[in-house]
Amino acid sequence: MSNISTTSHPINATPAKSRRPLFFATLAIIIFLIPLIPGIPVYWITLLDNIGLAALVAIGLILLTGVGGMTSFGQATFCGFAAYTTAVLCAYHGMSPWLSLFIAVAVTMLAAIVLGIITVPLSGHFLPLGTLAWGIAIFYLFGKLDFLGRNDGITPVPPLSIGSYQFFDSRSIFYVIWVFVIIAVFMTSNLLDSRTGRAIRALRGASSAAESFGVDTTRTKLIVFVYAALLAAISGWLYAHMQRAVNPTPFGVGASIEYLFMAVAGGAGHPAAAIFGAAFVTLLKEILTRLLPFLFGGQAHFEEVVFGIVLVLILQKSRMGLWPLVERLLPQPADPVIDRSAPALSQRPQPEAGRKILDLKMVRKQFQGLVAVNDVSFSIKAGEIAGLIGPNGAGKSTTFNLVTGTLPLTSGEIRYLDERIDGLSPRQIAARGIARTFQHVKVLTDMSVLDNVALGAHLRGSAGVASASLRLDRKEEAQMLAEAARQIERVGLGEHMHKQAGSLALGQLRILEIARALCLDPSLLLLDEPAAGLRHFEKQQLSALLRQLRSEGMTVLLVEHDMGFVMDLTDHIVVLDFGTKIAEGTPAEVSKHPAVIQAYLGADA
Amino acid sequence: MDSTILLFLLQDGITNGALYGLLGITTVLVFAVTRIIFVPQGEFVTYGALTLALLDTGRVPGTVWLLIGFGVVAFFVELWMSRHDLDARRIIRETLTKIILPCLIALAVIWLAPMKLPPWANLLITLAIITPMGPYLYTIAFRPVAEASVLTLFIVAIGVHLSMQGLGLVFFGAEGLRATPLSTLSLPVGPLVVTGQTLSIYILTLVTMAALTYFFNKPLFGKALRATAINRLGARLVGIRTSLSGAIAFVLAAIIGALTGALSAPMTTIYYDTGFLIGLKGFIAAIIGSLASYPLTVIAALAVGVAEALASFYASQFKEVIVFTLIIPVLVWLSLSSHHVEEEEE
Repeated sequence: MSNISTTSHPINATPAKSRRPLFFATLAIIIFLIPLIPGIPVYWITLLDNIGLAALVAIGLILLTGVGGMTSFGQATFCGFAAYTTAVLCAYHGMSPWLSLFIAVAVTMLAAIVLGIITVPLSGHFLPLGTLAWGIAIFYLFGKLDFLGRNDGITPVPPLSIGSYQFFDSRSIFYVIWVFVIIAVFMTSNLLDSRTGRAIRALRGASSAAESFGVDTTRTKLIVFVYAALLAAISGWLYAHMQRAVNPTPFGVGASIEYLFMAVAGGAGHPAAAIFGAAFVTLLKEILTRLLPFLFGGQAHFEEVVFGIVLVLILQKSRMGLWPLVERLLPQPADPVIDRSAPALSQRPQPEAGRKILDLKMVRKQFQGLVAVNDVSFSIKAGEIAGLIGPNGAGKSTTFNLVTGTLPLTSGEIRYLDERIDGLSPRQIAARGIARTFQHVKVLTDMSVLDNVALGAHLRGSAGVASASLRLDRKEEAQMLAEAARQIERVGLGEHMHKQAGSLALGQLRILEIARALCLDPSLLLLDEPAAGLRHFEKQQLSALLRQLRSEGMTVLLVEHDMGFVMDLTDHIVVLDFGTKIAEGTPAEVSKHPAVIQAYLGADA
Repeated sequence: MDSTILLFLLQDGITNGALYGLLGITTVLVFAVTRIIFVPQGEFVTYGALTLALLDTGRVPGTVWLLIGFGVVAFFVELWMSRHDLDARRIIRETLTKIILPCLIALAVIWLAPMKLPPWANLLITLAIITPMGPYLYTIAFRPVAEASVLTLFIVAIGVHLSMQGLGLVFFGAEGLRATPLSTLSLPVGPLVVTGQTLSIYILTLVTMAALTYFFNKPLFGKALRATAINRLGARLVGIRTSLSGAIAFVLAAIIGALTGALSAPMTTIYYDTGFLIGLKGFIAAIIGSLASYPLTVIAALAVGVAEALASFYASQFKEVIVFTLIIPVLVWLSLSSHHVEEEEE
């Protein structure tokens, strides 16, 4: 699988744009006024009910697939868990539906945790295949179990009620459904616009970078997975009490595919797109089942055919889904406000200058027969700028990956401030104050520069899903954004702060990565070819910045090919060639060293 | 349970397993060349089986109209995609392969079908009808998105599956059909009876597996197909025609699918959605073979078949539950053992 090139995901996310409160408030009011239109047919209200139920599932799926990059064929299964739970509790045991909501959601989330632990670590296309497998298995299980009524299901399920008022007809349950939908959109938008939201968005396309900044990607995936299941559970619970019956059919893989279709049709990474996608698919289905028999005579079964064709066409013509077409008509979201008065995040004390900060002993990395790093030993003192140089393929970037835990060592040991760090995960190493940039830039191109950089501050905050979706994290979020803005201005990208990272030049992206690394508040900063792609003036600026960081007590280790840049800036240089250390010393010593001259210029030079 | 029942179950399992194996192999083949997780494989099975069953009764199968439809759509998609470098030769070639060819096949079938030819002739006619659908389908649905991610292709494949299954319902109706066996040979082996039908399934599975394994490792052409999957751009730069590779993979997929259908049609009643269920089990085998190894896929398919046969005896209620749960430990093992490589979006 390592060789498969992946150009894009089925659903391309645009950045979450939750900063359009006015628009969404208007939308909510319009939705709530619809049933009050005089003479509106019940049939339409029922359709809207169905759209709302589907939208709940699709919101979760957009978060999971469109934002988090995980395709799931199991969402209908989660609806089923909740629907069956509430049906059993209310129909057999006479429990109140409002009480059973909590139990149904809890059961579903528990199931999602178990299934998620199995499925979420699956890589690439094995993940959707995994969901497909248990989706089918559980569907059959629903239809075979006696206490779930086998294929007949459970009926009648009592309707929702408050006091003696029963939510029997489409019109009364409409409000219940859409209150849930609006809450779900609101909470999901908040979630995306937060510390956890950035981590979720980083799952797709930059998960190794996210790990290097302390994001537990497996856990984050599981969180999204369970969150999506929770929304599906609410939909399933509503469905059971609206239909007043449950049976396996609506919880099969066919239904899951339909939900996925909604997410694809909606497309973009915004939860509101889910409502659009749900409406599109529900209405399309309705039109097809009513219109096609009229066109082709009574017994035609063309719905599936047209359905499939539309799905293929959307993916062929507009892989972003249809939401971007709608979004063009909406007001532009406001840029996030940066609160400069927010108190600064706490900083770690820097180690005293001259102390051994990083110490490599006989570090070795072997890829089968190839020795990429051959028993290399060197150490770096706190408060210096050290350079790691060598011709292409000398093992410099591999050494970086060994220090940051991205690759495991074959043998040897690495110490950071006297603590052994080889064997630790990139996350644990990041938590100790080692930040890095990447030789091949790992930036989320469809996220703003500000959000990209704020990802670096992940470990300096603690807000989780609950506080983010309820917007209780605003104080910490303001601090993190203020810190990100400070670092962006410090590296000289201030004017680009609110642009999409994808609009920056490659050299600027490297600088962006430095700002992101600085957001971690590191003691040791590892820079992989920071000056590549920079113009002369920009290199001077970078030099000045690194000198300033050194004067603040930070230690810098950089890999760089621009010899002028390295010789001028560094206090200490290590030279690698074919994985082996061939020289070490001050810039002056190294530049006269015969082995170095030979490595760079050949034997006769 | 006595050993005779066990033997019967094993034989049943191995026969079904061999069929799943054929489909599993095709899934691996298509994935290896095009990165498409080919869900509609099962529809070729259905089409093959029902076409053969209809030919048996002397009727003209609806698939000939489908073939013409596929050809015409593929013709226009092809012209549209190559609209910037169209010349007379190309138009003639496309007209011949995508319009004239299916029409000729249709005419031949209309002429031959009422003659009630022997089963082997009907089998050949079935293959002639179904095989061209493979490359047409590739042109219509997949070539326009050939560069997309595995997941996008997967969802496109699901869309194609929905459409093709729907078309199956339109053209064949909801009723099931059964075909007459290709051979009446039957050999007693101990308490068991091996029929010519099952024997031909075993042979076909083994030959296909061996041929594909050889093909992908030895001849330059097989290597070219593999190169296409690994790096389309790179393959194109060294002169491999990547869209041709895809078309060839789909020809093979259609042939093997139709053969599988035609071989299973005399043993069980086939409905418009049966192929999908058979295909899914081949799919499980392909995944256990990590979408890469032909022999491993066949072994896994046999295991799936046997597990299914045993489950249908001991816990027939939970047959499907058991078969589809089998895959989960395998997936977990695969994802734990394979070195984690990130599918970065770049």
